[in-house]
Amino acid sequence: MGCSGTYYFFSSKTLSMFAIVDCNNFYASCERLFQPQLEHQPIVVLSNNDGCVIARSNEAKALGIKMGAPAFEIQTLLEQHQVAVFSSNYALYGDLSHRVMQVLGRFTPAIEIYSIDEAFLDVAQFAFTDLSNYGSAIRAAVLQQVGIPTTIGMATSKTLAKAANRYAKKACKTTGVFVIDSEAKRQEVLEALPVEDVWGIGRKYQIWLDAHNIKTAWQLSNSNLAWIQKKMGVVGLRLVKELQGIACYDLEEQPAAKQGIMTSRSFGHLISEKKLLQEAIATHATRCAEKLRKQDSCCALIQVFIHTNAYRKQDAQYHGVLSIPIPTATDSTSELIQLAMSALDNIYKPGFLYKKAGVYVSEIVPRSQVQLSLFSSKDRGKEKQLHDAMDKINTLMGRDKVRYAAAGISRKWKLRQEKKSPCYTTNVNELLRIKN
Amino acid sequence: MSLFADKISIQALVAKEPLALPIIRDTAVKAGFPSPALDYMQDAIDLNQLLIKHPSSTFLVTIEGDSMIDAFIANPALLIIDRALQVCNGDIVLAVVNGDFTVKRYVRKADKVFLVPENKQNPKYQAMEIVDGMEFSVWGVVAHIISSPRKR
Repeated sequence: MGCSGTYYFFSSKTLSMFAIVDCNNFYASCERLFQPQLEHQPIVVLSNNDGCVIARSNEAKALGIKMGAPAFEIQTLLEQHQVAVFSSNYALYGDLSHRVMQVLGRFTPAIEIYSIDEAFLDVAQFAFTDLSNYGSAIRAAVLQQVGIPTTIGMATSKTLAKAANRYAKKACKTTGVFVIDSEAKRQEVLEALPVEDVWGIGRKYQIWLDAHNIKTAWQLSNSNLAWIQKKMGVVGLRLVKELQGIACYDLEEQPAAKQGIMTSRSFGHLISEKKLLQEAIATHATRCAEKLRKQDSCCALIQVFIHTNAYRKQDAQYHGVLSIPIPTATDSTSELIQLAMSALDNIYKPGFLYKKAGVYVSEIVPRSQVQLSLFSSKDRGKEKQLHDAMDKINTLMGRDKVRYAAAGISRKWKLRQEKKSPCYTTNVNELLRIKN
Repeated sequence: MSLFADKISIQALVAKEPLALPIIRDTAVKAGFPSPALDYMQDAIDLNQLLIKHPSSTFLVTIEGDSMIDAFIANPALLIIDRALQVCNGDIVLAVVNGDFTVKRYVRKADKVFLVPENKQNPKYQAMEIVDGMEFSVWGVVAHIISSPRKR
C-alpha cells in the first residue's frame, strides 16, 4: 500500500510541531502533593458519591484495581493493601490544573487546554532547537513550581503527539519526554500502539479494524487511504493522515461556546420525597443560570430529568424527562427555577426511589442577541440587577450564601463525600497545617 | 520593597480584590467643593501584588509550634510558600523528610545539608543532618511570614 512515505517532518515546507503535556495520574498526584507520606503508596480517587474508582496511582494500577471499579466491590482489596482512598475534590484538582496551565502558558501562548490534566502546545517555533531538552524544561518547571509530574509527547500532528505521549509513559519513565522526529521513531511508537488506543478510534471502528486484521496504529497508518475514506469517512482519512505525521487538526485555542450546560448529581441516598427533589432541581437550575450569566449567554430550552437506580434490580424503575422551550431566551435564576419546577411537577411520580436528578439548558445564544418576546411580562432590568447582586455576594462570601428559597436549606440530597481531602488551595479554613 | 526593613514606615494596606476601597474618581460632585485630594488619588495598595510574585506557584500554609520562633515564625503563623524560588543556603524552607512536613532553615556546609531549627530556649530542637537513606525534598521556600500579634 505504501502510503506512509517519508515522515512529514522532513518533507514539509511549513513545519508543524505539537506537544501534548499530560499530568501523570493527575488526581492522585494532587492528593499526594499535600500528603507526601503517600509517595510510593497506592492511591485511588472515587467518583462523586464515592461510587467508583476514577483515578489511580501507578501503585494502585499495579494492584489490578480497574478504572471504574465500584468501591464496594473492591473494599477488601483496598483494605488489604492499605490503599489511600479519596473522594473526588474538584476544587483542589481544578485549582492545581489552572496552575499547571499557567506555567505551560509561560512557555508558549499557543496552548489548547484539552482537559483538566492535558494541554496541547504549538511548539513549531522551537522545532529546530533540541525538542527533548525543551520538553524536559517544561516538565521540570511544572514539577518544581506546581508539584505535579507530567509526561510529554511531541510530533508533527496532534494524534501522533498523543501516541508519543503514551509511548513515553511506558518507555521513558525517567525522562518523561518522547519526540517523534524521525521515520524510525514514528514506526517504533506506532508499532507499540494497539489500534484501539489511537486517539479518536471508538469501539465500533476497533472491532471493524480488527476484523480486517489491523491491530496496531502502524498498520492503520499504512492502510490504503481511499479504502479508509470509503469505510471511515473523512474523519477516518484525517486520522490516518495524522498518524502519518500530516497535521489535519490545529490547536483549538478558543473554547467553543458551550452547546449546552448540564448540572446533575447523584444523591447521597436514594430519595422519594418530592420536596427534596424540588430542592435538588432548584439548585441545579440555579447553577445553570449562574453559568449562563458567567459566559454572557441565555438559553431557550430547559430540560429536567429524574431517574431511579438502574442497578438496584429490586427497585421499581422509572426515568422521567421533560423539555420546555422558553419563548424568550433567559439567564434568570427565578425563571429557570420556575420552569424547572413545573417540569418536575409533570414528571414526578411518587413511590419511586430516585438516584439522580438534573437540569440541562441548551439552545444557548449570546445575551446581546436575545430577542425580547412581545408577550414577556418580566421586568428584565430589575431582575438583572438582582442577579448581579446575588452573583457578587456569592462570589465574595461563598457559593449559595444567597439563594432562592426553592433550593432549600436541608440539603438532604447532597453528595456523599466521606473521604474528601481539604481544599488546601481554595479555602482559608482548610489550608495545609504543619506541626513544627 | 522589603517588608522587613529595620526602618518601619506605615502605609495603608488594602487588598485590591475583593476588598478594594472604592476610590471616587468622579469629579462631577453634585454639591459643595470637590475634594482637594482628588487629583492625588492612586490605586489602593495590593497585598497580593506585594507578597505574591508567582501566583501559580504560591501556596498558603498554617504552621503551629515554636521550633522556629527565633526566626520570627510565631506560633501559630501563616506562611507564604513560593515553589518557584530556587532554594539558597540559609533559606527557610518547607521540607519533606521521610514523608513528614517540617519548616526549618536550610543550611549547606561542606557538602552536607542540615535542617536547622531556631529556638534557643528549648534544647529539644536540634539540627538534623540529611543523610543517605532519608527521603528528603524541599517542597517550597518560605517567602513571607504572616503573624497576628493581637490575641483574640
